[in-house]
Amino acid sequence: MRQPWKNDMNWSDVTPKAAWLNRRQLIAGGAAAVAAGPAWAKLDYKTSALSTDETPNTLEEITTYNNYYEFGTRKSDPAANAHTLKTDPWSVEIAGLVDKPGTYDLAELMTGLPLEERIYRFRCVEAWSMVIPWIGFELGKLLEKVGTQPGAKFLRMETVVRPEEMVGQRSRILDWPYVEGLRLDEAMHPLTIMATGLYGEELPNQNGAPIRLVVPWKYGFKSIKSVVKIELVAEQPVNTWQAINAREYGFYSNVNPEVDHPRWSQASERRIGGGLFAKRIDTQMFNGYGDQVASLYDGMDLTKNY
Amino acid sequence: MTLAQSINGWLRRVPAWTLYVVFALWGGWYFYLALTRSTGIWTNQVQGLEHVVGLLALKILIAILAITPIRTYTGINLVKFRRALGVSAFFLVLYHFLVWWFLDVQTLGRVVADIIKRPYITIGMGALVLLLPLAVTSNNLSIRKLGPLAWRRLHWLTYPAVLLAAVHFVWLRKGWQLEPLTYLAIIVALLLLRVKWRRLALALPGLSRG
Ligand code: HEM
Repeated sequence: MRQPWKNDMNWSDVTPKAAWLNRRQLIAGGAAAVAAGPAWAKLDYKTSALSTDETPNTLEEITTYNNYYEFGTRKSDPAANAHTLKTDPWSVEIAGLVDKPGTYDLAELMTGLPLEERIYRFRCVEAWSMVIPWIGFELGKLLEKVGTQPGAKFLRMETVVRPEEMVGQRSRILDWPYVEGLRLDEAMHPLTIMATGLYGEELPNQNGAPIRLVVPWKYGFKSIKSVVKIELVAEQPVNTWQAINAREYGFYSNVNPEVDHPRWSQASERRIGGGLFAKRIDTQMFNGYGDQVASLYDGMDLTKNY
Repeated sequence: MTLAQSINGWLRRVPAWTLYVVFALWGGWYFYLALTRSTGIWTNQVQGLEHVVGLLALKILIAILAITPIRTYTGINLVKFRRALGVSAFFLVLYHFLVWWFLDVQTLGRVVADIIKRPYITIGMGALVLLLPLAVTSNNLSIRKLGPLAWRRLHWLTYPAVLLAAVHFVWLRKGWQLEPLTYLAIIVALLLLRVKWRRLALALPGLSRG
């Protein structure tokens, strides 16, 4: 049984530690990494009014049931295989139509960007959902920091490619690197964050460490993991799933119960954590974030721009 | 005595009905896991159960296709288990279907809509429907009534059913994934093993005559 979430509760009170232990031992093994690395201890963050008050899923649920094909196609593969990815040091290339392009060390990239906890609903295109307490910073603040140029209309992001550390990349299930994109106004929206943590601690590898996108009103596959490149571009980029099957996966991929996917009805979803006999729940337009984001799509036909 | 002969001698002492016991317990064990586990594939218990049961059914169907080649190439005779395997596979597919209906999509409206709208469901349903007459006639009375020839001909439905099941598996995964494609390849190979010899030999002289 999950406990109702309370704001004054410390995550360390409720977080099962076993999962972290392994990771810490690994880190302790690489002493240099510990000395040089940023805060491996609990992250320093503020809470946010943008968080939902719904009960988050357990750390175990969030870290053992993942779609991250770079580590295998089964939901349990990432938890089993992702430990081989080295996330420290990590750098992110900022490219394209920006004032300050360059390759930034992660810590450098994050300086001056306050971390917040954002408890968001997360809706997978496969019609299951979770509630996840991310820690991250607003992507918009990063974009302000690096300065976007007038011609920039879209963002294009890439996941790291390291077949030697990412076992799934040794076969061509997808055309690596995984690519995702956003319209600039979507990227600047305060709900859009780059997450670096989960449950108050560093992001586990299977959830996209060390830095991933989180866009809570879009299907989960838009929230690209282990990002190494952010490029500002003039043209709408082609994201990985759209390239594979444009009839099934669009660029926008906003959660929309009225636009059916050929494989899964999007009208309802299964909230993870309810057990074998849980009732499905209705899927909300824009995953329940319509008040904040619907205006971004005024005048657009969302059945065409799916 | 050859190895195959001693294996056959040992198999003769195993009654076929033990397979019903094995697969009933197996299916029950999966249900128990779905009730009590909550990590890995069991984080989503309903989908986990759907998957393991579907996969077990598919493996049994493959085993059925393998019985004849195994006898041809190794001399090991498993033919007496074929009917029990077939009926077990059918019940597991039914279990898979009922989990999908009552625990996954839950309402009749969604069941109908999904069968019509979602190709991978339509195909899975096709496989289930093809297996249905086989399961219904898998008793001695039916065999006697139909006569062995008609009964055997009816059981050719197994081949399209297994193929549909494999296509269902390939289709339901996002993109082209290795695991379902491997199952499909094994099934196609097993089917080719049967078709080739007799049919082609009969068909080819026919062609040259025409
Ligand atoms: C001979 C018949 C069938 C066989 C052998 C079969 C086999 C399978 C297999 C192997 C899987 C995937 C397991 C995995 O991903 O690990 C699966 C998934 C599934 N099957 Fe079937 N199936 C059959 C018929 C059906 C029928 C009749 C339905 C419903 C009408 C159905 C609905 C589903 C669903 C909903 C899934 C899961 C899809 C998902 O995860 O999104 N299947 N089946």
